[in-house]
Amino acid sequence: MSDICHLSLVEQARRVSVGGATATELVEAYLARIDAHEPKVRAYLLVDRDGARAAAQDLDARRARGEKLGPLAGVPIGLKDVLVTKGLATTAASRMLAGWVPTYDATVVERLRAADAIILGKQNCDEFGMGSSTENSSAHPTHNPWQPERVPGGSSGGSAAAVAAALCSASLGTDTGGSIRQPASMCGVVGLKPTYGRVSRWGLIAYASSLDQIGPLTRSVEDAALLLELIAGHDPRDSTSVDAPVPKYRAKLAGGVIAGTKIGLPREYFADGIDPAVRAAIDRCVAALRDAGAKFVELSLPHTKVALPTYYLLASAEASSNLSRYDGIRYGARVEKPGATLADVYRDSRSAGFGPEVQRRIMLGTFALRAGYYDAYYRKAQQIRTLIKRDFDAAFTQCELVLTPTAPTAAFPIGATTTPLQMYLGDVFTLACNLAGLPGLSVPAGLTPDGLPVGVQLLGRPLEELTLLKLGRAIEERCAPSPRWPSLGEEAA
Amino acid sequence: MADLTDKDVHEIAQLAMLSLEPAHAEQLRVELSAILEAMAALAAVDTEGVPPMTHAMPMDLRLRDDVVAPSLPVEVALSAAATRADDCFVVPAILGGEA
Repeated sequence: MSDICHLSLVEQARRVSVGGATATELVEAYLARIDAHEPKVRAYLLVDRDGARAAAQDLDARRARGEKLGPLAGVPIGLKDVLVTKGLATTAASRMLAGWVPTYDATVVERLRAADAIILGKQNCDEFGMGSSTENSSAHPTHNPWQPERVPGGSSGGSAAAVAAALCSASLGTDTGGSIRQPASMCGVVGLKPTYGRVSRWGLIAYASSLDQIGPLTRSVEDAALLLELIAGHDPRDSTSVDAPVPKYRAKLAGGVIAGTKIGLPREYFADGIDPAVRAAIDRCVAALRDAGAKFVELSLPHTKVALPTYYLLASAEASSNLSRYDGIRYGARVEKPGATLADVYRDSRSAGFGPEVQRRIMLGTFALRAGYYDAYYRKAQQIRTLIKRDFDAAFTQCELVLTPTAPTAAFPIGATTTPLQMYLGDVFTLACNLAGLPGLSVPAGLTPDGLPVGVQLLGRPLEELTLLKLGRAIEERCAPSPRWPSLGEEAA
Repeated sequence: MADLTDKDVHEIAQLAMLSLEPAHAEQLRVELSAILEAMAALAAVDTEGVPPMTHAMPMDLRLRDDVVAPSLPVEVALSAAATRADDCFVVPAILGGEA
């Protein structure tokens, strides 16, 4: 499987820049793979064939004229469909936004285009990012390329599946409680949730604004480092974006040494509830890093057990507020029955436009913000959020980063998770990172005996993505799955 | 927190601007009651004197300079309007009268 579509993003851009391949060849190679495999995977909501071909021709013409191309020259990238794209329908996988064609690009999309990337299409997700399996998409579920009867994880499941199946070179997803890292784990790709504020969210359709972050899903750690470097940085249009220098993550990856690195193992993440095959893969990863000279220290993050209810309460409260704008008048598809009052239009539009999980979270969030309940639920959860952050602050006095499983299980069968609470438990290892605003990275750490990918999660201090990427690369070199990529019923991987 | 009642669900739906069919309302009542039961664990945590956290990164709200910046042309801004009249969006009447 050494075709151009499986090359790293870095190598693809290098070839296009020096003339070893054209952007048109690259785009056509991915479109051919999409034709062959997308019916099985269903990662996309929209493939922009014409736009991608036109952008590729433009790039090839610029290179023919002797222009120097950007660091993502000709690289076809997919976007989770919560990122706004000028002239390209953006739906958040919701009926509410069906048919909406934005008039502007998100900041991250502007930055990708400025680096000469090509936007290949919009990828499936749980509606408004609310879910852990991509089954909550109003369009269709996405299938895991490793075993198509299983979910790809979520909510950025279309992005993770497309990257794993080489239906795009890389993707940008979003992560509110694990929605980049958990699908990355389940699809065997690299997923990075940057520090809160590291990447501008201007042009991201909001779910829970104190938690949302945009980040890359890629086939290598180096690719993630380069993408982060290009999308990170202050943006005056996002008042929560951090005004701090952006390191040259990719260049600084070289020469990363792990001997003596102190890594924390929080005992609460290695307790009951982990699938034994996942535990075995993480144990092998720890052993490999120990052999390479890393030092491990067992520690405690005592409020881990309440992170899940804290997260779902805060995220739902913020969602109920953020999504109040979709009323059929200001935003969203309008349902207007004869004789309807304004309140009827609001209620009918929202009830028709939002799917079951979105309605559930809006109801939960509305309950928590209701007069008389605010202090007992919302404010209490905000206080516990402080305690969770303090747990990590204390942990980082003992270690440079924390290592955990990304998810308690490998990918589960489509339709197997039947209650909301059961689904929420799948995020139990990822959501504390969002509550504390930390960077988190999921790196493939092998396969289960059943052939499903397992991810290892690294959590770091704020703005220390480079530390995660360096250790992630060490894991990549030692624990990569074999075979590395799903076969999709074609040649052996 | 005891189980939610039909009345609770109805009131929350009113506040959330959702109209629920009876079967859906009952399903939500059961599901939300189970979720809230799981959230009861929060009450057991000692948060005496702990400040609430509203933002993950310490930062001050910054204001940009008060200068005119580029914005969408009117034609572009109105391109997604369901209905327009001249340079305005047309929305349903909210105080009686015609839209």
